[in-house]
Parts: sequence; structure tokens; C-alpha cells
Amino acid sequence: MSELKQPGMKPMAETEARARAGAVASGSDKPTGAGAHVSGRHPMEAGKGAQLGRTIAFVGLVVLGVMFLVPFAFQVLVSLSTVADVDLLTQLGFPPTLKPDNYEGVFEQVPFAKYYFNSLFVAGWATLLQVITCSMAAYAFSRVRWVGRDKVFLLYLGTLMVPGVVLMVPNFVIILELGMFDDYTGLIIPAAFSAYGTFLLRQFMLTIPSSLDEAAAIDGAGHWRIFTQIILPLARPGIIVLAIFAFLFNYNSFFWPLILTKSENLRVLPVGLLQFDSTYGSDTPKIMAASLMSMIVPVILFLLLQKYLVRGIQLGAVKG
Amino acid sequence: MAEVVLKDVKKVYDGKVLAVRDVNLRIEDGEFVVLVGPSGCGKSTTLRMIAGLEEITGGTVSIGDRVVNLTHPKDRDIAMVFQNYALYPHMSVFKNMAFGLTLRKMPREEIKRRVGDAAKILGIEELLERKPKQLSGGQRQRVALGRAIVRDPAVFLFDEPLSNLDAKLRVTTRTEIKSLHKRLATTTIYVTHDQEEAMTLGDRIVVMSAGRGTGVVEQVDTPLNVFRRPANRFVGAFLGLPPMNFVEGVLRREEGGVYFVGEADGVRVLMPEDGNANLEAHLDVPVSLGVRPQALSEQPIGAFAGRDNTITIRSDIIETLGKSIDVSTTLPSGRHFIARIDAREDFPVGEDVTLHMDMQHVHVFEPGEFGRNLLHPPSPETSPAMNAGEELAGV
Repeated sequence: MSELKQPGMKPMAETEARARAGAVASGSDKPTGAGAHVSGRHPMEAGKGAQLGRTIAFVGLVVLGVMFLVPFAFQVLVSLSTVADVDLLTQLGFPPTLKPDNYEGVFEQVPFAKYYFNSLFVAGWATLLQVITCSMAAYAFSRVRWVGRDKVFLLYLGTLMVPGVVLMVPNFVIILELGMFDDYTGLIIPAAFSAYGTFLLRQFMLTIPSSLDEAAAIDGAGHWRIFTQIILPLARPGIIVLAIFAFLFNYNSFFWPLILTKSENLRVLPVGLLQFDSTYGSDTPKIMAASLMSMIVPVILFLLLQKYLVRGIQLGAVKG
Repeated sequence: MAEVVLKDVKKVYDGKVLAVRDVNLRIEDGEFVVLVGPSGCGKSTTLRMIAGLEEITGGTVSIGDRVVNLTHPKDRDIAMVFQNYALYPHMSVFKNMAFGLTLRKMPREEIKRRVGDAAKILGIEELLERKPKQLSGGQRQRVALGRAIVRDPAVFLFDEPLSNLDAKLRVTTRTEIKSLHKRLATTTIYVTHDQEEAMTLGDRIVVMSAGRGTGVVEQVDTPLNVFRRPANRFVGAFLGLPPMNFVEGVLRREEGGVYFVGEADGVRVLMPEDGNANLEAHLDVPVSLGVRPQALSEQPIGAFAGRDNTITIRSDIIETLGKSIDVSTTLPSGRHFIARIDAREDFPVGEDVTLHMDMQHVHVFEPGEFGRNLLHPPSPETSPAMNAGEELAGV
């Protein structure tokens, strides 16, 4: 996760907060049930102390849930206000009118759809390529026996310890030399490999019993078949987790696309949002409206794949 | 159908650890051979070298008439059943069984027919659409067997296939494996640490040990010969339940023949004449007397009646097994001693009892864990490469 602490972190943090708020909200069903207990339907089941504890936990969770929702609600409010009314909001007043004009304004003022496409395009390709390269590397590091394998893996892991900022300049020079500056390839190719992803999948693959590939080898499968027909299907939960991480990271990525592109039609969402924050003043409502719209994809991803993500975090916890 | 020949096979791990050495074995076409031994004796390593899952450090392995040292597992014409079954969890039973055939580009109809036939033999026709997760341990084991037999390979390899089953299922599955082999007559190599499995399944059994720092073969013979004529003390102690008793002493030439004398335990036994030549060479040096618990009886035993072949013990514990009882005691020398004799209600506890020995099942070993059998050594002509395939074909 340390990799995620990049300039593009902001929307990620917001999404995370929202997801947590959602989890708390849905989790509140349970304490409600417990509340029914408290009201005395089964007085014999719980002692007074336990009832009190549950009540406190319930109240605490509700308060936390509301707290997590406040910034989001604020963001929605701002996105519906005018620039002039923002000051009112910050003084805890309420804007006189709420209109969705800013959402249209975003599209009128900048090529927002193009930014959106760029973000999805870059993140999509980076994710696909990363899943392919990482799973193949993980297979080589976990299932194939070769001299010096584990040492090479340690070396590979060692690259995780180098802060991304240190590599920024050399990477930039390399991209320049390769002629990938101001081009989709410059955004996608460097993101197509990941030591972290390889590590994640390798750990996952190590949990698959080796007798399965041995059985497959005897059945007549070579490495390619064992990889595609046995290991890949069984590593699916790990691959989904990596895909989510990779997609979110690249979707939220800010600094790299910022320094690597100069044409307008190559801007991704986080870079595009800068348009509303210029030296001549910042259009906060439009920034809010645009970032709310750019959040839609990660939120849908979260809702669809939540259970895999939780499993992935556990995976990291146990194996990492 | 093929014979399997291992010649001076050796395995060294990481260039340092010698796991197995000097394995020489000729397994006839259609024969059922069991590799048995305690853990760490290299039996699984040997099997995995035959399968091609481990590199062979030295020597050669041949299947049929070709050396397969460098042959990929898939080209060795073998099928293997693993201890944990190794079924592909994401495939149905049908696909699990068909996987190997699909990879070999067999026509779909033929695959269906073969899987159907195997499923019928194993009684798993109802399960073909299920996933391994939805099966019981016994059913999974059958699917694993099915996956092996649909391939119709030259050699079956089994790596402790019954270890994960409960005791009852183990016995029934054992019988099924035996009858399957009878029906298919495919050369089979089976690894187990369970001596009962080894004795019941094998046409011949290969007893291995790890006692001398590395895995070695101690004896290769038919189950009965291994039981009756263990090559050394290790084999004698490893096979048979309850395990063989040992009494320490010396051989002495006295009037009337060669005697084993265990002074500490008050044992004096006249050796049968047939082994004398061997025994004469070991007079007055330490040896061990090996007595199988089943070789003891309260009544004198036929041919040995009236001779000095008794041992007197004071029974400590009696365990009733039904038809027989186990009498346990500690000899004066401190060694544990068990006799399995015919049951009777009023067997005295804490009193001296004199038991007779059936000298057929009594052995004399040189000292040490691997001391050679001096009295009933395996005779060279009792280890012929038995051709079980022909025999079974006639059934």
C-alpha cells in the first residue's frame, strides 16, 4: 500500500473514506438488531453489562459513520453552489440556491469527456498489462525451479524499498530517450510492471499445492498450460485484488502524468482538474463537481469487488 | 505395460544432502511393488524420480526399454496418484479425469467413453458433474484413481494414496486398489509407510531405511519372505505387529548343538540345525535373538517339542484381543517383551509363565540396528522377479 502514497492520493483517500462510511452504514444493521435485544425481547440472553456495551458501540459507530459522511456531503453541497456561495458554506451558512449548473460547466469549460477517456484508457491498459506481467513473473518466482531464483526475487523486492520520488528523474530521462514523452505509451508502459504486484501474486501462488502442477505435468501439461489452465484460474482471487489495486493506483495517478504530458488531449482526470485551479483563482464548485464525477468509476469498482479487496488485505496481512 | 528398472539410483539435494543411494530394482511388467519404510527413508523421493518430478542425481531409471532420466514426466507414460489427491479444484470430476486425455488431443468421443468406463469401474458415474469440493475424501480418492486409469499408462505410481482416509475406508479402498490391479494388470509402484498396506498389496515389497544417514534399500522380496526371512534386524523390527522382541546374548556350542544364551534374562535356546553353518561362525560374540510375538505359545510346538526353546516371563499386563491375548512384560535386562498367545480367561498376571517358541519365527541377528540375520537369512533363490502379470492374466 505504501506505493499508493503518491501525489495522486487525494481522490483515493476520499473514496476510501466513503467506502468505509458505507461499510459502517451497512454494518449498523447489526447493532440495530442488538438494540431489539436490549428492548427486552429476550431478557435472559444478555446481561446488563453486555447490553450497555452494545449500545455504546452502536452509538459510537453511528457517530463515526456520520463523521465520515460529512466531508462527502460538504463536497456535494459545494458542487451544487456558485463560487460566491462557497464562502457562505465555509461560515456554516447555507447557499440560497442549489443548481447542478457546475456539472454542465465542467464539460463546457474543459474537454472533460476526453480526460475521462484518457484516465480509463491509461488505467485500463496499465492494469491489464500489469496483471499479465505480474502473474507471469509470480509464476516464475513461485512454481519454476531455477538457480538463484529466490535471490533474484529478493533483489526485485528490494526495488520496493526505493522511494518513487528518487526514481522520478531517471525514469523521466529514460522515457524521453525512448521517445515516449507526451504519448500514451509513456503513461502506460512504465505502469505495466510492478514489484509489489509480483510479490502479491507470488505469495498467493505459493499457497497453491505443488502437487497440482505435478499432477498436471504428468497429465501432459507444459509450463504454459500449467500456468494458464491450473495456476491462473486458482489464483483468480489474488489477480482480482491486484487488478483493483493497479487500476485505482493508475486511475488516481497524478504526478507522473503531470510531468510526462503536455498536450491537452493527453491529460488524465487528476491533471485535468488542475484547470479549475489556476493562478487567476480557483473554481472550487467545479473542482468538486468534476472530482465527484471522476469518483464514479472507483466507487462502482468498490461496490462490486469489495469482498475481494477485504480478502486481499487479509492476504497481505498474513503473508506480507 | 512396461518393466521399470532402477540402476544405482542416487539423489543428492542441493549438492549436499544425500537422500537416497544405490537403489537397484527391477520391477517386472504388471508387477505390484510396494516401497515401504519409516519417514525420511527416501521412498517418496525414489518414486518421484521415477515420475520425473525430481532430478536423478546418479544412476539410471528405465521404463520399458528406454532410459528416462531426462524425459519430461508427460512423456514417460506414467500416471500418478498423490496423497492429497491433487484434483484440480476448479474443474468438474469429468474434466479432472479428461484433462490428460484432452492434452493428448484424443477425440472427444473416445474421451467420453474412457471417462465413462473408468467412472463405472470406480462407481463414481453420479459424480461426474461435481467439483472436488463437493466430494468426500473417499470419493476424491476414487476420482484421483480414475484420472490415473483413463490414461491407460504403462506404469501407475501411488504416493501414500490412503493416508488421508479414515481407518475403515483405508481397508476397503486398499482392497479396491488390489482388485483394480488384478483387472488392469498394469505395472504399479506404491509408496507407503504402513506395513499392513505393504504386506497386503505388494507382489513384492521393498523395505527401505534411513538408518545409515541416507535412504537405502534393505530388502526386496515377497511379503511372506520378508516376514519370515528378514535380511537384518531393521527389517525384522519394522515389519510385523506387535513388533519383534529382542533378547541380547551370545551363541555357544554346547553338547547337543548351538545354543543362544541370554544370561541376563535367563534365556537358553537350542538353535535348529538348518542354520548352523552361519551360526558356527559367530560363536561367543554378542548377538540378538529376535522372537516374533506370534511365535510364542503356552503349548509345546510340533517339531520343536521337548527341546530347549522356552522363555519364562512374569506377565505385567494382559490385553485381550478376542481370539488371542497380548502378554506384556519387562525382561530382567530392562527390555520390553510381548507375547501374542491364544486367549484364555484365567491367564495369570504377575506370575511366572513358561512360553514355547516356534523356531521358524525366531531369528538371530548380528549386533546393531542393521545386524544381518544369521539363522534365517533370505535365500538368493527366494527373490525371483515374480511375473505377476502373467499370473493375473490367467485368473
